[in-house]
Amino acid sequence: MSSDLVISARGVGKTFRVASTQHRATTLAELVAQKLRKPFTRHQREREFTALDDVSFEVRRGEVLGIIGRNGAGKSTLLKILSQITPPTRGEIDLYGRVGSLLEVGTGFHPELTGRENIYLNGAILGMSRAEIGREFDDIVSFAETEQFLDVPVKRYSSGMYVRLAFSVAAHLRPDILIVDEVLAVGDLAFQRKCLGKMDEVAREDGRAVLLVSHNAAAVRALCGRALLLDRGQVVHDGEVNDVLRSYLDIEPSGAAVLTWTDKTAPQEGGFRYSSVSVLNSRGEPAAVLSHDEPFTIRLEYELDRPLPGLRVGFLMQTTEGVEVCGSNDVHVADPEERVPGRQVSECRFPAHVLNEGRYQLRFGADVPNGPVYILTPYCLEFSVEDHERHGE
Amino acid sequence: MAEPATPAVSVPMVRIRPPQPWEALDLSGLWRYRDLLLALAVRDIKLRYRQTVLGVLWVLLQPLLGAGIFAFVFGRVARLDSGGEPYVLFAYAGLVVWNLFSGVVLKASGSLLANASLVSKVFFPRLLLPFSGALSTLLDFAISLIVGVILLCVSGHTPGPALLLAPFWLFFLLLLATGIGLLSSALAVSYRDVVHVLPVGLQFLLYGSPVGYTIAVIPDGLPRMLYKLNPLAPLIEGFRVSVLGHGFVGLRSGSYACVVATLIFVTGLIVFRRMERQFADVI
Repeated sequence: MSSDLVISARGVGKTFRVASTQHRATTLAELVAQKLRKPFTRHQREREFTALDDVSFEVRRGEVLGIIGRNGAGKSTLLKILSQITPPTRGEIDLYGRVGSLLEVGTGFHPELTGRENIYLNGAILGMSRAEIGREFDDIVSFAETEQFLDVPVKRYSSGMYVRLAFSVAAHLRPDILIVDEVLAVGDLAFQRKCLGKMDEVAREDGRAVLLVSHNAAAVRALCGRALLLDRGQVVHDGEVNDVLRSYLDIEPSGAAVLTWTDKTAPQEGGFRYSSVSVLNSRGEPAAVLSHDEPFTIRLEYELDRPLPGLRVGFLMQTTEGVEVCGSNDVHVADPEERVPGRQVSECRFPAHVLNEGRYQLRFGADVPNGPVYILTPYCLEFSVEDHERHGE
Repeated sequence: MAEPATPAVSVPMVRIRPPQPWEALDLSGLWRYRDLLLALAVRDIKLRYRQTVLGVLWVLLQPLLGAGIFAFVFGRVARLDSGGEPYVLFAYAGLVVWNLFSGVVLKASGSLLANASLVSKVFFPRLLLPFSGALSTLLDFAISLIVGVILLCVSGHTPGPALLLAPFWLFFLLLLATGIGLLSSALAVSYRDVVHVLPVGLQFLLYGSPVGYTIAVIPDGLPRMLYKLNPLAPLIEGFRVSVLGHGFVGLRSGSYACVVATLIFVTGLIVFRRMERQFADVI
């Protein structure tokens, strides 16, 4: 066995027994009554739910492994098993080194305690000795930028300060294996970048191993060399991060920016009915994540019950922070004569390098000026634009 | 950082696998995580008296007021025999150990639910939680002992050699309390009933134990026999006898109490360890 191996997982699985709620005893009396009534039928009406199945992988010293997968794919269960919070039901994992896991920022922070007290308590909870915390104390405080408020109970902190302090303690944990879950999504943008930098530093220093679970594809791409894609409890792809992210987008139906309506639910008025809207990447596939250097298309599909002269179909775009970006409709291009009753499509094509990195939302409209149609949907479709190069900074 | 580099071992430091049945009695985790044990106990103590005007004074006031009430009810109204001691002193000695017992039971039994977020998000030996609860109660006890010593001096007592037995009684009292605490904390994760039953049980036990009166006032016959089933009774009586120097605890009832306390502690430990791996999934 090679000596730079830090994690070796072999055939790990976890099955939960889920009793249907009507039959599950949640009080002692219910349990006793149940056992008295049917003493020999154990686990009746229980369903099994397999959260993880036959997961095997290895991590070596110095590696930063990203774990991705959509909600319910088993990421959190895997992290909890690796952090020894919950045991597997099958398989084995060997850990060569001290594990520090960060499944949440500020676990164990107590609002009544001061910043100083919380640093010591939280450090101890994360597995640092008192001496270690003492050594790192000044760094922790200055990283969190909360020097003046050290002796104030954290319940008086702003939420930003609270999160900064909590992350700072965690970031100064120095285990051989660091396990991180979604904690990057904290604080303001500047602090997020600082956190990313710190994670990167931790990973490079002394060849520690870092496991990072995130929905943030950009963060995974920036930090990880390798990634593991989980789907329905199984490892479906283990390899170079860009390859894995690509197959993630392929298996992720909700990750594709498409919204399809049935005849009943569709926004409709006066003989106009939306059927589907989508964002297409440069290959013409629906995609929720676009690269900033690819052209893309916003596609609107709708049906007309009758000719609607003067009909305009369009969209509005804003960032998820609510800053209006742009909007467009087809009034200048559509020839009213062409739009016969039936299914119609309008597309707006964007060249590459138009949008900055970020998340965007779309809402859709249709109208006939002074006519029978006026539709404006709420913001209902989201997509994001990523800029890989900028993460090298 | 002059962190010692992890040696390039080929033996895993930790092997994670499905629960093995024989791991229950391994207590080494408590020692490895002693810093956290202490930190949690300190947090408990700090939080208990933060934003109180009288602070730690409450530790002294609670048993003093309680002893006053007992002295009035049992001594004045019911005119029970305290074996010649001033009733307040007598009741104080009983209440101090009773508070230790009920404090440990309550703190330990509620410890997992009170720290549910820790249980589901961080790894550490789960035993730390009930034990840190017990530890924080010990400090209260130590402070109330100081007042006890002052009371003893004021009343002109000179403790006899029996005082040497006091730690012995305390040890088994703590075993009993921690055992009950472990058992109920583990059960409370799945069955919250425990949270409701426990205070009632403790109240029953308070009057069923010689806290405000001596065993001597219990009538002979069936009541006496039933009374002797209570393992807490000889432990409290034993502590008071060794401090005040009057009366005695029979060898038989004394050893019975110690054996039962040990059994309950071991049972609590085994049950806790068998259930602990599911805590994070259930809590």
